[in-house]
Formats: sequence, C-alpha cells, structure tokens
Amino acid sequence: MDQLEPREQERTAVKTKRSKEYYKSLRKKLNNSKYLLILFAPVLLYYLIFHYAPMFGVVIAFKDYNLFKGVLESEWVGLKYFQIFIESPDFLNLLRNTFLLGFYNFLFGFPVPIIFALLLNELKNMYFKRFVQTLSYLPHFISNVVVASMIVVFLSPSGIVNRMISYLGIEPMNWMIMPEMFRTIFVSSEIWQHMGWEAIIYLAALTSISPQLYEAADIDGAGRFAKLWYITLPGILPAIFIVGILNIGKVLEIGFEKVFLLYNPVTYETADIISTYVYRVGLVQGNYSYATAIGLFLGVISFTFLFGANYLAKRFGQESLW
Amino acid sequence: MVLSKAKMTPFTFINSVLLLGVAFVTIYPFLHMIAVSLSGDVHVMRGDVNLIPKELTFKNYEHVLSDSRIGTGYFNTILYVTLGTAISLIITAMGAYALSKKTMIFRKGFMIMIVFTILFGGGMIPTFLVVKSLGLLDTVWAMVLPQAVSTWNLIIMRTFFSATIPNELEESAKIDGLNDLGIFARIVLPLSKPVLATIGLFYAVGIWNNFILPLLYLRDDALYPLQVILRNLVLVEQMADVSGGDAVVVQESIQYATILVSTLPILLLYPFLQKYFVKGVMIGSLKE
Repeated sequence: MDQLEPREQERTAVKTKRSKEYYKSLRKKLNNSKYLLILFAPVLLYYLIFHYAPMFGVVIAFKDYNLFKGVLESEWVGLKYFQIFIESPDFLNLLRNTFLLGFYNFLFGFPVPIIFALLLNELKNMYFKRFVQTLSYLPHFISNVVVASMIVVFLSPSGIVNRMISYLGIEPMNWMIMPEMFRTIFVSSEIWQHMGWEAIIYLAALTSISPQLYEAADIDGAGRFAKLWYITLPGILPAIFIVGILNIGKVLEIGFEKVFLLYNPVTYETADIISTYVYRVGLVQGNYSYATAIGLFLGVISFTFLFGANYLAKRFGQESLW
Repeated sequence: MVLSKAKMTPFTFINSVLLLGVAFVTIYPFLHMIAVSLSGDVHVMRGDVNLIPKELTFKNYEHVLSDSRIGTGYFNTILYVTLGTAISLIITAMGAYALSKKTMIFRKGFMIMIVFTILFGGGMIPTFLVVKSLGLLDTVWAMVLPQAVSTWNLIIMRTFFSATIPNELEESAKIDGLNDLGIFARIVLPLSKPVLATIGLFYAVGIWNNFILPLLYLRDDALYPLQVILRNLVLVEQMADVSGGDAVVVQESIQYATILVSTLPILLLYPFLQKYFVKGVMIGSLKE
C-alpha cells in the first residue's frame, strides 16, 4: 500500500468506500426483496433447469458424447459433426424443405388473418360477426394429433375428399403418399387451424381506430376503399409489423409436431424438415452429438432470421421488438 | 358506426357469403365426423353420409369406449391436466407477481433471462438429456415439469398484475403489517380470479393437447395420454394402409368416433370457455 502514490491511495480508499456502500445497499435491497425472491424462486429454478441447462448441454455438439462418460468427460471433436451434416446427402434436401415449408407458411398464412379481420370488420350485423368469429377460433384449440388424424382420414383413398372430387370426374388419389402435395396440405391446414385466432390481434387494433376518422372521411365523400386505404390499413399497420416480425423470426420453427404426424417415409422427399430429422437421428437412432449439432445449426439460422427481421423493421421506421 | 345505415349493398352481400363460407369450412369437418360416426355401416361404406347421420346407431362409440386403451388414456390425460395445471398456475402466478414489482432486485436481469429463452434454446436432444439425467423419463413428472412455465403466460400475468392491482392497496396492506407473501396470497390472488381462470385454461388445453412430451419422454404405454393413444389408433393404422393393402371402409366411422371421443371435452366446453381465451389474448397484447 505505501508504495502507491498518495493520489492513488486516495482513489482506492474511495473505491473501497464505494464498494462498501454498494454492498451495503445491495444487502439492503436483497433484504427488502427477500419475499419476492422466494416467490420468484420456482420460476428461476424452472428456467435454469429446463432452459439454461440444455443451453449448456449444447456443447455435446462439439464433443463425442458418451453416455457413460457424461457431458463433461466426453472428448472434444470440434466441428466434426457440423461437417458431417453439411457434407451429408440429406443436407440440401433438409435445408430446402425447412425453408420452403416455412416460407410458404409465411407467404400464405400471414396475409389471411389480416384479410379475415378486415372482412369481419365490415360486417354490420353484430350477431353474425360474433358467430363467424367464435367458430373461427375453434380449430386453434384442437390438438395437432386430432387435426392430423382428420386430414389423413379425409384424404384417404376412400375418404370424403376423394368422394367429392369423384363427382367432378376426377380420379381418387392417395394424397398422403404424394410428395408434391405435402406442402399444400400442411400450409392449408395451418391456415384453417390458426386463421381466426391470429385475427384477434388485428380486430383489437381495428377497434382502437377512432370512429371520428371515418365520420370525417364520410363527409369528405370517401368511398369504402378510400377509407380502407387511408384509415383502416394505417391504423393496424403497427400490429401488422409486429406480427410480421415475429412470424419471419419463426419461419424456420415450423411445428415439429404436425410435420411428424403427417409425414411418412414416402413423403420424406418434401416433408422431412430439420427438426424431424433431429428427432430420428437423435432419439430414434441415439446419435446425440450429431443430432445436437444439427439442432444448433438450425437454432443459429433462426436466431439470425429474427434479428434480420427486427433490423428491417427498424430501418423502415416501424415498430420493432427491441 | 350507426347501425340503421346497414343496407344490403353488393359488397355486404358478397362479404357475408364469403364469411359464411369460412364458418362452414371451419365447422363442416366436425359435423361430418359426427354424422359418419353415428351412421350405420352400409351407408358409410356406400359413402352417402354427409351432414346427417343415416340409420342412427351408437355402436361405433360402444366399440371405442370398450377399448381399454381409451380408458387408460383418459385417466392419464386427466391426471396430467389437473396436476400440471395446478403446478403451472401456482408457479407462474408467484413468478409473475414478483416480476411485476418494480422494487424487486435483479428484476430486469431476470426478465432478460426469461425473454432470451424465446430466442434461443438448447433444442430437443440436450433437453431430453437433462430430463433423462433427472430421472424423469417414464414418470408423471416428465409430463408436467419440462413445460411447466410458458413464457407467454408469465408475461400476460405480469402485465395483468402491474396494470390492475392498485399500488395504494398494497402499500396500505404493508403498513398494516403484511409482507409480500401475505399481500400476494390474501390480496392479489383473490383480485385476480379472471386472469387465473384464463391462464389456467391455456395451460389445461395445452397439456390436454400435448403430444411432444409423451413422444419424447414416455416409453411405458400404461402412462400414455389420450393424444398418443389416438395417434396409435388412427394415424399409425392409416399409415399402415398407405404401404399397401386395401383400406377398410368401415374403419372410417370408428376412426371418427375415436377422434370425437378424445376431443369431446374441448368441443363441449368450448362455447363456455372461448370468452376467457379471447380475454387472455387481449391482456397479453396490452403494453406496459
């Protein structure tokens, strides 16, 4: 200590004093929040165990995970599994399927709830409006297993869809084994399931537009489409942007569950996506490290997507997530 | 807008027809399944049942309900839903209340930590290994713990607490000698019944419909919930048809009966519950 110059001595003194005060106030704050911390503890534990522990478990993507040695003792192998994946014959196909399925799902699934909400908003009969709206949420609460079961039975060679088209003179087909039909079936069923639910947010935005704007437009002689273009759409634009960003970020997180329930080896060609492949390689075949590496690969791309979408939204001066 | 102005313009007409079409497309599959499942074999085989049952019979339902797997599935699902909803709801409410208090230390850090999990996660395999290393595989706990807290529901609740519980009320309770635990249990919870009902329903429906957790973590078929049984009874058999052999038409009515039996509670309760669901979305879309 005495080797230090007086000034520095002073500085360290101030520092220690400051950190002492800091600890004192910290202890006081901790004491004040102790009951809140008790209430928060289960949630904290939950996130640490079921979200953060797996995040650290991701290191096995860079190791040769051995069941008996455990995560820490297993040997490092660097990027070996990423390389195997990128060089594997499945790679391009999986990437294409994941992107295309997500992209089509966004392309067709994003505008439909907006249009649905706008059309509902034009209805003047409140009972009819509520009737349509109430029915439209229903499929959102039906499980994917039920929806997939319905699709598979409806589309079976003797199912209702084939019977209906046979009246039009079209030959019955076995839709579920036609790889070229998988994306259409998947995307349309997603729209059927979630359209009404996703419209809620736009309907809420629509109710917050001031009726005075419409009255003023009426006086100015604006028609239905002028009002739509100059009042309604700008009114719900922030909601559209937020939902849009979230959806772009989720483009690659297409539901594992539904694809898993609907696909079969015959349709792998168009239906097999990265997450279903991870399930087969990891849990069915027990290739933990390889499957984790593939999952991480997907996670990183998804992450980039969300950031990219948010950046774009910011650049256009619209609402953004952060 | 003024109601009396509602005239039948061509636009209103086309719009109404279009939305009626949407309503029909939504409900038609269910009505069709009900009709077929209640019809006699001959008519199902001939394919002439559409929306009205022909030769009303309940034998498909008798057949389905006599399958012991359905009974086990129902029992397991109900167990998972009650236990899981109780755990999820309690933990979420406690955590959400703590996060709604601006005075809590590290509040911002905790919030960032939670929101980050929306953006990034360990993925299927590392999560599986954690669940496995905790010894949860093939136990009831694997069905209720790994997804016990939904970040979305946690944020909805936090928003509700900070928006609707008046600060003055809590301050006066504090002066009267209650600590945060007492305030939470005796003031905040009784005032929050609507949001508790809403979030409880979200959790219950989520657990009822869950398929991923049992697929990943259960091997013992005595523990299978309804969704897995349903998949085995309907999808796996149907897919077996895909790989060759003639599809048996009579199966269709039994498959529909199976689907309906396992969806019945949601279909029946839906009209009473849907206003809560909508409320949940509305609270969630509020900004702080």
